[in-house]
Order: sequence, then C-alpha cells, then structure tokens
Amino acid sequence: MYDVAVIGGGVIGTSIARELSKYRLKCVLIEKTNDVANGTSKANSAIVHAGYDAPYNTLKGQYNKLGSDLYEQLCLDLDVHYKRVGSFVLAFEDEDYKVLNLLKDNGEKLGIKGLSIVDRTFILSKEPNITPEVIGGLYAPSAAITDPFGLTVAMMENAMDNGVDLMMNFPVNEINREKEYYNILSGDNRIQAKYIVNAAGVYADEILKMVDSESTFKIRPRRGQYYLLDKSADGLVNSVIFQCPGKKGKGVVVAPTVDGNVLIGPTSEDLEDKNGIETTKVGLDDVKVSASKAIENIPFYENITTFAGLRAESNLDDFLIGPYHETFYNVAGIKSPGLSAAPAIAEKVSKDIAEYFKAERNLHYNPKRSYVKAFMSMTLEEKNNMIEENPMYGNVICRCEQITEGEIVESIHRNCGGRTVNGIKRRIRPGAGRCQGGFCMPKVIEILSRELNIPQEEIVKENQGSYILTGRTKAGATCTTL
Amino acid sequence: MYDIIVIGGGPAGLAAAIEAKKQGIEKILLLERDEELGGILQQCIHNGFGLHVFKEELTGPEYAQRFMNTFHDLNIAYALNTMVMEITPEKEVHIVNDQGYQILKAKAIILAMGCRERTRGAIAIPGKRPSGILTAGTAQRYLNIEGYMVGKEVMILGSGDIGLIMARRMTLEGAHVKGVCELMPHSNGLTRNIVQCLDDFDIPLQLSTTIVDILGEERLTGVVTAQVDEHYNIIKGTEKEISCDTLLLSIGLIPENELSKKAEILLDSKTKGPIVNEQLQTSQEGIFACGNVVHVHDLVDYVTEEAENAGRAAAHYLKDIKKSKKPIEIKPETGVVYTVPQHLDYISDQVKILFRVNSVFKHHQIVIKSDDQILKTIKKNHMAPGEMMHIYLKREELEACESKLSISIGEL
Ligand SMILES: Cc1cc2nc3c(=O)[nH]c(=O)nc-3n(C[C@H](O)[C@H](O)[C@H](O)COP(=O)(O)OP(=O)(O)OC[C@H]3O[C@@H](n4cnc5c(N)ncnc54)[C@H](O)[C@@H]3O)c2cc1C
Ligand SMILES: Cc1cc2nc3c(=O)[nH]c(=O)nc-3n(C[C@H](O)[C@H](O)[C@H](O)COP(=O)(O)OP(=O)(O)OC[C@H]3O[C@@H](n4cnc5c(N)ncnc54)[C@H](O)[C@@H]3O)c2cc1C
Repeated sequence: MYDVAVIGGGVIGTSIARELSKYRLKCVLIEKTNDVANGTSKANSAIVHAGYDAPYNTLKGQYNKLGSDLYEQLCLDLDVHYKRVGSFVLAFEDEDYKVLNLLKDNGEKLGIKGLSIVDRTFILSKEPNITPEVIGGLYAPSAAITDPFGLTVAMMENAMDNGVDLMMNFPVNEINREKEYYNILSGDNRIQAKYIVNAAGVYADEILKMVDSESTFKIRPRRGQYYLLDKSADGLVNSVIFQCPGKKGKGVVVAPTVDGNVLIGPTSEDLEDKNGIETTKVGLDDVKVSASKAIENIPFYENITTFAGLRAESNLDDFLIGPYHETFYNVAGIKSPGLSAAPAIAEKVSKDIAEYFKAERNLHYNPKRSYVKAFMSMTLEEKNNMIEENPMYGNVICRCEQITEGEIVESIHRNCGGRTVNGIKRRIRPGAGRCQGGFCMPKVIEILSRELNIPQEEIVKENQGSYILTGRTKAGATCTTL
Repeated sequence: MYDIIVIGGGPAGLAAAIEAKKQGIEKILLLERDEELGGILQQCIHNGFGLHVFKEELTGPEYAQRFMNTFHDLNIAYALNTMVMEITPEKEVHIVNDQGYQILKAKAIILAMGCRERTRGAIAIPGKRPSGILTAGTAQRYLNIEGYMVGKEVMILGSGDIGLIMARRMTLEGAHVKGVCELMPHSNGLTRNIVQCLDDFDIPLQLSTTIVDILGEERLTGVVTAQVDEHYNIIKGTEKEISCDTLLLSIGLIPENELSKKAEILLDSKTKGPIVNEQLQTSQEGIFACGNVVHVHDLVDYVTEEAENAGRAAAHYLKDIKKSKKPIEIKPETGVVYTVPQHLDYISDQVKILFRVNSVFKHHQIVIKSDDQILKTIKKNHMAPGEMMHIYLKREELEACESKLSISIGEL
C-alpha cells in the first residue's frame, strides 16, 4: 500500500515525486508508457520563461515567476543543462509598444527583475541576424533555456534515489475508491494508494473522470510543430526571440537549445486527437513564414528533424491545481508555461500533501544527483584516466555528438535508466545529431540488448510496439555472429 | 611525427595509403573507426565493383579485400576502432580508442572519411514519427553486416543506387517491395541498377512522385504518396495511401566533413566536400582529400583512381617536387552543377575533370571554354545527374589558357 500515487511521468509528475521524497511518505509514480518524459515534456520550446507573459493574478503567472527563480539551483543540484540566455519580444510597429508595456507592467507586478524596453540598436548588437525592420523590444535577462527531458529524467532518478518507486507500462484505466484507499487499475494490474495526484498531462481530464463521472473538466490538445536545426546553425540567435503578439497572431519562437541546435516553432492548432503529434506540411510552412519575419535567411536546409507537442488546453483559462477532494489532487491543464512552473508547482503540491498526512521530513533526503559526465567535456588527462579505468570510454558510438559506449552504458544502469533507442537518445544524445542515428542506431540496439539481456528484436525505438527489427535474415539465422 | 596520416580505411583511404607507400613514403598511419578495413564496401555484398579497375565484376567485400591484401603486403601501419575526433590546421590529429585520447602529428594528411546519408529530417517529411523509417544504407548494414531484417512491406523514397540495391536485397529476403518513389522526373541511380534491381523484380518506379505523409503511431503502417508538377509542387488529388511497415530513404549522400571544418578547410557548397585542386589538395596546404569525402562518386573504381592521385600528390608534396605553378579556375556553367577539381594550380601532362549535370540531356554537347573562347566541344548522346561525367585536358590546352576554364552543356 502506497501513501501517494502520482499518475503521469512528465515534468510535472516527476517534479512532484521528487518533492514528495523530502517527506517520510511511501510514494509511487505511475506512467503509461515505457519511459518518463514521453508526453508533452519531450516536445516543447524548452524555455524557462521569465514570467511576464501570463497575467499576474493567475496561477500560470505566479508559478512561472516562482519556478523561474528556483531553476538555476535546481539544475545545479540535478546536473541538468540550464543557460540563462535572456529573451526579446520584438516590436515591428509603433502599436506593438503598447503590448510590450503591458507585458512589462505585468511582469513587474509579479516582481520580475531586469525587464526593459530596448531599442533597435541594442537588439541588433546582441542579435545581428534579426531583420533590420525591428524597431525595438522587451528584453528579459532572466529568461533561460533548459533540457526538458534531461530534467524530467533527473527528477525521477533523484526521486528514486530518495525512495520513490517507478511503475512504467501502467496505463491507468480505472480507479476505484475504497474507504481508506484507492485501487488503481490497469487491466489486471493493480496498485493501491491512499492518495492520488493526477498529473497525466493531456489525459488528466480522463483520470479525473475515473473518480468523478460528472466532471465537466475537459482538455483539448493544442498542437505546436517545430523545426530543429543542426548545430552548424548555432549562433543564428543567442537568446530566445519572440515576436510581439498582435493582430496577425502570436508568431513563432526562434531559440537556441542547450546543446547548440536551433529550435523554431511552435504552431498553435486546436485538435481533438490526443495522439495528434504528427507534423503537417501546412504547419511547418507556417512556422517557416512566421519565423522568417523575425530572422533573416534562416538555414532551413540545416533541418535535422521536425516534431510536435500537445499543450493541455482546458476549458479553464488557468492551470487546475488543488485538491479535488481530500485525497485526490489535480495538477491538470498544465499548458505553457508548465515547464517553467514545474518546480514551484511541485513544492506547493507536496507541501499540501505532507500536511494532509502530517508527514515528517525524510532525513535521508539528498537533493543532489550527478549525471554521467560527458566524455568530450573532460580534460585530456581525465579522458585518459577514464579510458584506462573503463575502455568503453574509448569507443565512440555516436560520431555526430561524440558519445562513447561508456556513457551509454552508464545511462542505462542507474535509476530511471534508458530502455529504448529514443530513451537513450534523450538521456545521452546518440542519434540526436545530424545523421539521426543512421550510423549509431545499430550499435545502440546492440548495447541495449547486451546490457538489458534481451534480444535485439525486442528493443523498441519509442513506445511499446515501435519495434525496429523484424527477425533474422536468411544468412543471419544460420550463424550467431555474422 | 608521421609523414602521412590517412583518415578513413575505405577504398579511398586504402588506395591513397598504398600509392603513397609505393612512392617511397615510409611513415604512414591509417586510422579507421570501424572494427575492420574496407569502409562502406563491406556492406555492399552485391556484384558490380571493379569493372574498370580489374575488368571483372566483384562484390564490395571482394573489391576491398584486394586492396587490403596489398595494404598489408606493404606493411602499412593502421589502427582500427579508432575515431578521429578533430584535426587542426597545424596537422594535429586527435584520436580516441581503448588506448586513450592522443594527439598525433603529421606532415601531410589525407582525408578519406566517406559520406553519410541524408535523413528524413533533411527533407522534412511531415507526419507521424513511428519506427520503421530508415536510410537505405542503415538497412543495408542491418541486413548484410548484422544479419537482421528490418521489415516486411516496403516502400522506398528516392531512386539513388543504394535504394535500388536494397529494393532487390529486401525482395530476396522475402519482403514485399511495393514501389520506389522519385521526386525528379528521372531516376538518380545507374541505369543498370534500375534494370537489375527493379525491372527484373517487377518493382514499380514512380517518377515525379513523393511522400507527403507518414502514418502509424508506433510502427509505420503506411505512407501517402502524391505526384508533383515541374516545380515540385504537390498536385492536389493525386494523393494515394499505401500500407507498409517500412520506408527506406535513398535521398542522397553528403560528404562527411565535420573534421574538415575543424581544420578550417574551405568547402564547396555544391559538392559539400573540400574545394580541391588537381592534386586533390584542399585549401590547407598539405591536407589532401579523396573519395566520397570530396564528392559522391557512383562507382568505387573512380574513388580508387582519385585516391591514388591523392596518395601520389601527398608523396610529391613531401618530397617537395617542384612544378610550374599556374592557377586556373574552373567554372561550372549552364547545365553543370559542379566540377572536381574546382581549380588547377599546376600544369601537368593531362588532367581529368569530373562533373555532374543538373538534368537529363539527350543529344547535347559538352562545351569547354578557355578564357571565354570555345576550346572544344564533345558530343554526348546521353547525360544524366546520376552518372558522373568527365573530360580530359592536355598540357597544350592548359598552357594556352590564361586563368579561366568553364564547362557547360549546350545544344548540338
Ligand atoms: C508546443 C509546446 C511548447 C511549450 N513550450 C514551453 C516552454 O517553452 N516553456 C514552458 O515552461 N512550458 C512550455 N510548454 C508547456 C510544457 O511543455 C508542459 O506544461 C509540460 O511539459 C507538461 O508536463 P506534464 O507532466 O503535465 O505532461 P506530460 O509531459 O504530457 O506528462 C504526462 C504523462 O502522463 C502519462 N499518462 C497519461 N495518461 C496516463 C494514464 N492513464 N496512466 C498513466 N500515465 C498516464 C503520459 O504518458 C505522460 O508521460 C510547451 C508545451 C507545448 C505543447
Ligand atoms: C550503400 C552503397 C552502395 C554502393 N554500391 C556501389 C556499387 O554497386 N558499385 C560501385 O562501384 N560503387 C558502389 N558504391 C560506391 C562505393 O562504395 C563508394 O564510392 C566507396 O565506398 C567510397 O569510398 P570511400 O573510401 O570514399 O568511403 P567509405 O567506403 O565510406 O570509407 C570511409 C571510411 O572512413 C572511416 N571514417 C570516417 N570518419 C572517420 C573518423 N572520424 N575517424 C576514423 N575513421 C573514419 C569510415 O568508417 C569508413 O570506413 C556504393 C556506396 C554505398 C554507400
């Protein structure tokens, strides 16, 4: 019997799980798929927003500001990439200044520091690739970028280090309330917990329905599509570039990523389909047109992948955060800026739950987690020591990102380790570069198969069912090693 | 300090090292990241290699083996499982293997890193992102090296040679190859591959057709094809859904020049490889390049020829053999995409200039101009982007040229 079951392994659920591990509570995180960070938390703009955008009197605005203040230390503790690159909202017409001033006022009400309206010269000196038509902008030095899946994985790993259990491949399809606890069901499998946190992303309305068939809370996904450019486009922008929202819509973002790629998007399309993460020609073309208004000569030929994520837009304007009744807590409709707000939301939720349980502090709680050290970032001496200690560090598997076998193996054998090709890619980056795994995927599959002791045919790319190999060839069937 | 470090142990690297050694260079080291020599040839188990060099048809591994034998007979030093991470303009070569991370020095470097395949991202095919979408070369590696099948019902996008060869290979392994789509109105593969890999197996080739959508949540379940007009715009109403569990992409190869960039070598925006002179010397003195790292070749035989030239040139460079210098720029003009070399630095008895045309030409002529005057014309019945063309220029012709040559395609 668990005290608390958190449903959903996105950045919200895993952050809550980690915060809960500060208390003496027996917790489990339940995830539908075979990995954490498999939903919206893997497909977003990866921006830790400064927080001036959402109105000061909303949860979105408040938690964004609080979250943004926590991020730097959090990423230090968890050994996750974080770069405070600042952001600009660009103005192209005099009218835009009205909006910029409103944003600035709103931000200042929330206590955000350093916001300033800047002129064209300032912008172009920092961002020479912005079109000369820009007339000014709102500068927010506290905006940052991070690694959203790295962070989600880190949260879960650290939560597990501190005693939380992880149950994957467990799509909750029924919840039965008994007197003192819940039966949480997935087909024939059952988990029992006294308290439930609903952090199921775009499916949170369905989880809520499982305990309240009358609930009118409804989530409609709003899709955002992106281009991701090769590292050779690094330097196209140095900070996060927004366009002033105006009559012609919101405009897309052009942002650097922590790994040196350039991210361009998202679109904003309302859908019915909660699996609707496909990209479309129309959507991608819109991104191109919109981005080109802000930045000249974007090298779209350097594109290495396109993808899409789904915002959890609900019939409420704001996040839905709070106990639904005394033992069921909603953290639902967490659309943008959910990534930025996650640390602050998690603190609040876990405090409320700890209070309910009157739980004591977990004295063994360790907030720190150190990650697999990137081979290429080591000094020459460290590299040589590493290889001497473990020759797998001398075997470069991913040539684009220069990742060694040693790093891959380490990313498998740890709490919340990688189990799938994309899981490894999100943890340590082989296959995330320009060849998109053409060269290293066979080797990653081989390593996963060897380390997890399962046949290569059973290794999947992403979710269950995304198999890659269909069997042996005629020659392959007759000999064990070719 | 090495005389020459060769990067890459494919046919280009092998032939370059062999030739340099034959020219009397002693301290040569060849570096290869794979666990064996031979490069991409090791996965090309089909026939069709060596017709020019050996006047017989060999498989890829057989062709590689002949060079590996000579290479070993000549006792040239090499290191396998060794990745070159960086080269500097000062000719330092950073390598990593299970012995450690080392920085080696060389008087000359020969780049022979080959090429990589373009991916789905490069052409931004929209749709879902299921498994079952691979580049043809990756699929080839799975089948021929690892011994695994990658699917049962197959569509192929792009009519490059690897895609054509994989259409046949997958069929022979029992898969059903439903068709090959090609965006262009003509195929990019060799005619012989169209005949032997598609026609002989009744696999349809659909020209002016592309893939506009990808279906399937986890594993690929189908693709949507559509026809395109002469501007490559999709013709509405021609969309067709085809069910399949595998999509192989054969949409082009890109020379692998990350190392060249680190050495600040100038690249050609068309070939995506280093700009070279007739010695195969790059913009960095003493750094030479050959094979698919320079530009994508159709036949390995031509790779070998080019690599031997690079090996010889590197040896001459080290021996400081003096030649009369005369810079001549070569410009690709109407109908010509690029030339290799891109410029000449010295006069020799004869130079071979390779180039590609930008579309299919029937009964046209190659027009070679020297300082804007027509030097000569060569009639051709058939020229296509998929088949590399070449011309030879003789000493007298080069001596007569001031500073500029151009190659274009004209009507007869
Ligand atoms: C296009 C786009 C751009 C964005 N950009 C930013 C940005 O730059 N900055 C920012 O702060 N925010 C941004 N956001 C918002 C941010 O990404 C989200 O708020 C955040 O990722 C939501 O996390 P989550 O954990 O709630 O959801 P998810 O990451 O979707 O996690 C929910 C999890 O629940 C699991 N689940 C669902 N149903 C069940 C079930 N029945 N049983 C068990 N598990 C289940 C899912 O598999 C999933 O893993 C963006 C969002 C989008 C779509
Ligand atoms: C799939 C395929 C099918 C083909 N079919 C035919 C055919 O039927 N007939 C024909 O005549 N030709 C064919 N070719 C063409 C021929 O095989 C190639 O032109 C030839 O292999 C190119 O030789 P290369 O040495 O330039 O490159 P490669 O063979 O690719 O060799 C490059 C070598 O460099 C190594 N390398 C690269 N980077 C590094 C680094 N950083 N450190 C260490 N080592 C490195 C690589 O591992 C590789 O071994 C085919 C090519 C391909 C790709």
